[in-house]
Amino acid sequence: MIKVENLTKTFGPKVAVNDVSFTVARGEVLGFLGPNGAGKSTTMRMVTGFLPPTAGRVTIGTHDMLEDPVPAKRLIGYLPESAPCYSDMTVHGFLSFAAEIRGLRGDAIKTAVHRAVEMCFLENVLHQSVDTLSKGYRHRTCFAQSIIHDPEILVMDEPTDGLDPNQKHEIRQLIKRMGEKKAIIFSTHILEEVEAVCSRAIIIDRGTVVANGTPQELKRKAPNAGAILLRVNGVAAEAVTGKLRAVDGAERVQLVKDENGTVTARVFPKSSSNGEFSKAVGAAAQGWRVEELHIEEGKLDEYFRSITASDTAKK
Amino acid sequence: MSNSLGNITTIAKRELSAYFASPVAYVFIVIFLLLTGFFTFMVGGFFERNEANLVSFFLWHPWLYLFLVPAVGMRVWSEERRQGTIELLMTMPITPWQAIMGKFLASWAFLALALALTFPVVMTVKYLGNPDLGVVAGGYIGSFLLAGAYLAITCLTSALTRNQVIAFIISVVVCLFLILAGWPPVTNILTKALPDNRWIVELVSAFSVMTHFEDFQRGVVDSRHLLFFLSVIGFSLFSTSVVLRGLRS
Repeated sequence: MIKVENLTKTFGPKVAVNDVSFTVARGEVLGFLGPNGAGKSTTMRMVTGFLPPTAGRVTIGTHDMLEDPVPAKRLIGYLPESAPCYSDMTVHGFLSFAAEIRGLRGDAIKTAVHRAVEMCFLENVLHQSVDTLSKGYRHRTCFAQSIIHDPEILVMDEPTDGLDPNQKHEIRQLIKRMGEKKAIIFSTHILEEVEAVCSRAIIIDRGTVVANGTPQELKRKAPNAGAILLRVNGVAAEAVTGKLRAVDGAERVQLVKDENGTVTARVFPKSSSNGEFSKAVGAAAQGWRVEELHIEEGKLDEYFRSITASDTAKK
Repeated sequence: MSNSLGNITTIAKRELSAYFASPVAYVFIVIFLLLTGFFTFMVGGFFERNEANLVSFFLWHPWLYLFLVPAVGMRVWSEERRQGTIELLMTMPITPWQAIMGKFLASWAFLALALALTFPVVMTVKYLGNPDLGVVAGGYIGSFLLAGAYLAITCLTSALTRNQVIAFIISVVVCLFLILAGWPPVTNILTKALPDNRWIVELVSAFSVMTHFEDFQRGVVDSRHLLFFLSVIGFSLFSTSVVLRGLRS
């Protein structure tokens, strides 16, 4: 549904987005990750046709965004970053306007507004001016605007930003449910959100895509993924690390914590972790008071930090 | 094409409702009517003239509009930019041109409404004497076009900034120039300064709204003057579209 090819955007000398390509099919929820200023919003603005790309191509359905913008835009629902709304209108007026500009007429407007209001829990503020809404309601009003025409494609820039935990949960559920039938792109800073909602994630840093895969795949690339974490009580730290280092297949041992007689250490296997290695570690720990022993599955945020953030972390 | 008309109407409807959502619209209309009344009857000496015409009424319109039209139009684009709703508007399935036209026409319709509400002045002159209604109609057409020209300029300045006050000030200055270029005190100075080059004076005053508004007040709807106002509107709106495109790249 969404096809982005070699998308590049420069603002003067600054390259905001550099040669980004990806596709999103129907039934996919693509999480867009990256540090602030990585080019997430700029990419989304080009996908939705707000910014023209400096180079590259965006195809929505079968329509080229640059050459055929109106039919392309018709397929998209868009929630911009700051969730802007016309503050001089009521929620109902704003949503009716959105429905009408999307080409709905007459009763179809009423049905669409009703549906969106129900999905976004806006009944209580329906006739309130957008001006007077709290941030959460404003955000959901703009969200409602983006789904008013039941679009095939949804592009959302930080849809859960500024919401309370309950609202975040509601919106995530909503995205997940809609993701079954639509093609969705959304950006976020919250990595747990990606695991909860996305079928695929892209990490973008300084304008380029640095990772692209399912959340599980990305997690497996985390530096600690596959390592075995061991916590024992009543043994000296040197004894623990020494014995673990001697385990067959261990590449290196990292002492995580040594506190009040409790030692936490991490053993990294040479090759990818397997049952035998964990058994070997278990055998080495025989006789110690083991409080915890498990294979780490890796965390998305560890992976995220290892490939973005600081200038020292080069891939 | 009906689709594009529909989009323009939708935008225009939203703009108009935005005017009336706050008291601003009513305040504006009241101020406009009070000022036209004041200038027509007190300053313009409507009764002392003892003539059954609206010269003292239309005479003041370029000056009244100088402040009132930018006040109406300053928010058109700057508010979209400030609130970020321009991002919504430009990702809707409409062309920028439809948005520009919808917004302009809505504000113009609003000004037309304010102008139409001056009808008691016409009734007064009709009651007191026997005015030439053709002349009155010509004046109204001219005044409407004048308001449109100022408004289009304000749309342009409004697209240039996200600050309404700046948009207001720039439009007042530009519109003031369009008045002064053909205002007799200024043209007289120019004529004295350049006695041998009358064409320069004529060239300058050809850009003035005063020169083109004059004939309308006399009831003459000349195609040249019509063309002048429509080209000011067309040029300003086209420039607005250029500015808006520039914003997005």
